[in-house]
Amino acid sequence: MTTGILLQILQTLLAILLAPLLMGWVNQCRAWLQGRSAPPIGQPYRTIKKLFHKDAVLAHDASQLFRFAPYLIFACMVLAAGIVPTIANDLPFSPAADVIALVGIFALARVFQALAAMDIGTSFGTLGARREMLVSFLAEPALLMVFFTASLISHSTELPVIVQTLAHKQFVIYPSLAFAAVAFWMVSTAENARIPIDNPTTHLELTMIHEAMILEYSARHLALIEWAVALKLFTYSALGIALFVPWGIAPAGDLSALPLAVLALLVKMMLGGAGLSLLEAISAKLRLFRAPEFLGTAFLLAVLGMLTHFLLEI
Amino acid sequence: MSKIGDWDLEPQGSHVWRVGPEVGQLPALAREVKEAGGQLVALWGSDDRHLDAGYAIHAAFMTAVGLVWATCAVSAETPAYPDLAVIFPQADRMQRATFDLLGIKAEGAADQRKWLRHNAWNADEFPLRKDYNAVAPRASALAAVDGYPFIRVDGDGVHEIPVGPVHAGTIEPGHFRFSIIGDRVLKLEQRLGYTHKGTEKRFEGMDPDVGAKLAGRVSGDSHSAFAWAYCMAVEAAAGAQVPERALWLRALFLEMERVANHLGDLGYMGNDVALAFALNQFWKLKEEWLRLSAKMFGHRYLFDCIAPGGVAVDLGDDGYDLNRMAHRLDDEVAGLKHVYDEHATLQDRFSNTGICKPSLAAKLGLTGLAGRASAQAWDARVQFPQAPYDRLDVNMATQRRGDCLARAEVRFAELHESLRLIRDILKRMPAGPIRVALPAITEVREGLGWVEGWRGEVVVAVRIGADGKLDRVHPHDPSWQNWPLLEVGILGNIVPDFPLINKSFNLSYSGQDL
Repeated sequence: MTTGILLQILQTLLAILLAPLLMGWVNQCRAWLQGRSAPPIGQPYRTIKKLFHKDAVLAHDASQLFRFAPYLIFACMVLAAGIVPTIANDLPFSPAADVIALVGIFALARVFQALAAMDIGTSFGTLGARREMLVSFLAEPALLMVFFTASLISHSTELPVIVQTLAHKQFVIYPSLAFAAVAFWMVSTAENARIPIDNPTTHLELTMIHEAMILEYSARHLALIEWAVALKLFTYSALGIALFVPWGIAPAGDLSALPLAVLALLVKMMLGGAGLSLLEAISAKLRLFRAPEFLGTAFLLAVLGMLTHFLLEI
Repeated sequence: MSKIGDWDLEPQGSHVWRVGPEVGQLPALAREVKEAGGQLVALWGSDDRHLDAGYAIHAAFMTAVGLVWATCAVSAETPAYPDLAVIFPQADRMQRATFDLLGIKAEGAADQRKWLRHNAWNADEFPLRKDYNAVAPRASALAAVDGYPFIRVDGDGVHEIPVGPVHAGTIEPGHFRFSIIGDRVLKLEQRLGYTHKGTEKRFEGMDPDVGAKLAGRVSGDSHSAFAWAYCMAVEAAAGAQVPERALWLRALFLEMERVANHLGDLGYMGNDVALAFALNQFWKLKEEWLRLSAKMFGHRYLFDCIAPGGVAVDLGDDGYDLNRMAHRLDDEVAGLKHVYDEHATLQDRFSNTGICKPSLAAKLGLTGLAGRASAQAWDARVQFPQAPYDRLDVNMATQRRGDCLARAEVRFAELHESLRLIRDILKRMPAGPIRVALPAITEVREGLGWVEGWRGEVVVAVRIGADGKLDRVHPHDPSWQNWPLLEVGILGNIVPDFPLINKSFNLSYSGQDL
């Protein structure tokens, strides 16, 4: 049990500390693919540090909700990062929340983000909040469907059990997971405000979704939100790894497998980040009202995954 | 001798005609032009009271014979003229600006709101009048609030988004007031004038040689176009004969400017749909182009290369570099066009976005590059070629769709055409002197220059006083006509598509704020 708690703490800390690194890696890959010289891989850490050293500027109309939201969003992401197995499968937190609750945690963070954006009453905040809700109400069902496909294989909605079934039992090829994996990639681009749904690097206020909601934040509040964004990308990557390529995650109670697990995580994250930036480099942003079609396709693929499971895997 | 209706046109330089109707006859003249398929290009006023006259209102029309410059005397006691916006809607903002600057009123105009005045001067002050001292400290206090009466849209679920004048990107200041339902745009209203610098006032009393520098800086991205149009006007007024080689060099500068701007805009349009790859590729090419310009002519954007009487710099022995670069750009741009053509999402974003139908474009006077994308087949280099374009056989690029894709396509076509022209110019440029001194001017003289810049036709009208100094200069940017079309082009589109539509027009703020 003590090892479990230690591992839990280690794993959560690892996620918090490594998340900006993944962001830096993605930014670096993207710059290379666009033919630019890249910022240093540690740039997100520097940005966060810089923001923590600044004085916060608050809108006159900002209520407590606006100041409170960044902490809550960050806490939600830390909690989510604690639930997903990254290096070890032995997590005391896990029974507390399964994948359905995980979706709920993400939703909680999003709701507060949108409320905070509307709280200050600027037109861009409201605009962003409205678009965020449009995208998320389409993305969440698709995400749940992806989880259900994986759950059908392992007969559980708990992530350690899913990982256990896929990684530590006899190797089986599941065609249903191929559909689910594509659907998962599509949903994660929407959930993480990446191209083709959103553009994290744009300066055009009118086109923004996520960025429009955080335009009024500064200093430590912005630092926490930026960190939470990195953490969310990390958690989603860890989720993708846990669901589709879990090999390497240390089985419960096996401490000797940990060094290899850390190495496997780093390699998989590197490959995932490079893949994400490659897809981003060759994609353009969809027209806003194409987002329903895009996420509808994701939902359809996830449902196809479930059908495939019933047709081929039972 | 050409005629419009009953009015005789007096030739004034190549493809430029002068007519002086009674002020009451101006609408009748405008109607004749309109019925013959012409357009209003520019409208401005002048204070002629120091020349023993009243005020004057000037209008430049594009007609089948060229540019017709109409000048009507207006009484000094009640400076007014009949409204032209009912005939040519593009006159609206020019008329409002003329009132703000000179106090000459368009009688009967539906829209009498201020345009360029942002409380930098009082409602009863008119800075372009000769008796207005722009340098002296202001006596009266100014109102603190601009108080511009925007047109409101009412209804269930309608709300307004004010955008600018301060933007998140490094762009010029302008205010855009969107009335929207959800993300659909019901109305867009622009408020410009934030970069009013008093350029026209600054020209007064300036030496014509120095004036070329100021004219080129009216809108920095169209430096060569404005500088050439200004010099053309000054040379027409002074009766100077510019050496052949200088004209060919001016055309070279103008085409180089067009290439640089089109490369930049095509990159930006890709960037606005989040295809940063395209931005970096196009801007890499643009940067190489600018560096070559700097190496060859001493300035990245060819500033001050064109001077009254000719050009200030000659082509050295590096014409070969430019020729090779033009060849290489031709291939690289063709490759990038292929990327654009094959990119499904980009095509989906570009096509059917920000449509200006040809009929509407004709009605509202859309001009230049954006006009050609909406089937307005006007290009001064083609229909009314000044030397050396009369020997260059420019191919005009037109599209009928009038959407962002059409504007991108016109840019691609013009880019290739300009690169071809540059190679042609380099091959055929005659030898000889590059500049002559202007003859001394001892009486009041007027002239008008007209150049097809990359954005559209740039017109500069000049009057030089008896002392040989500039008396009145009016530089006209095609953005005057095209800004209102942006308000129309966005209708029915969604808010997140506005930056792309705006970029596809890429209009000048500085050029119209003056």
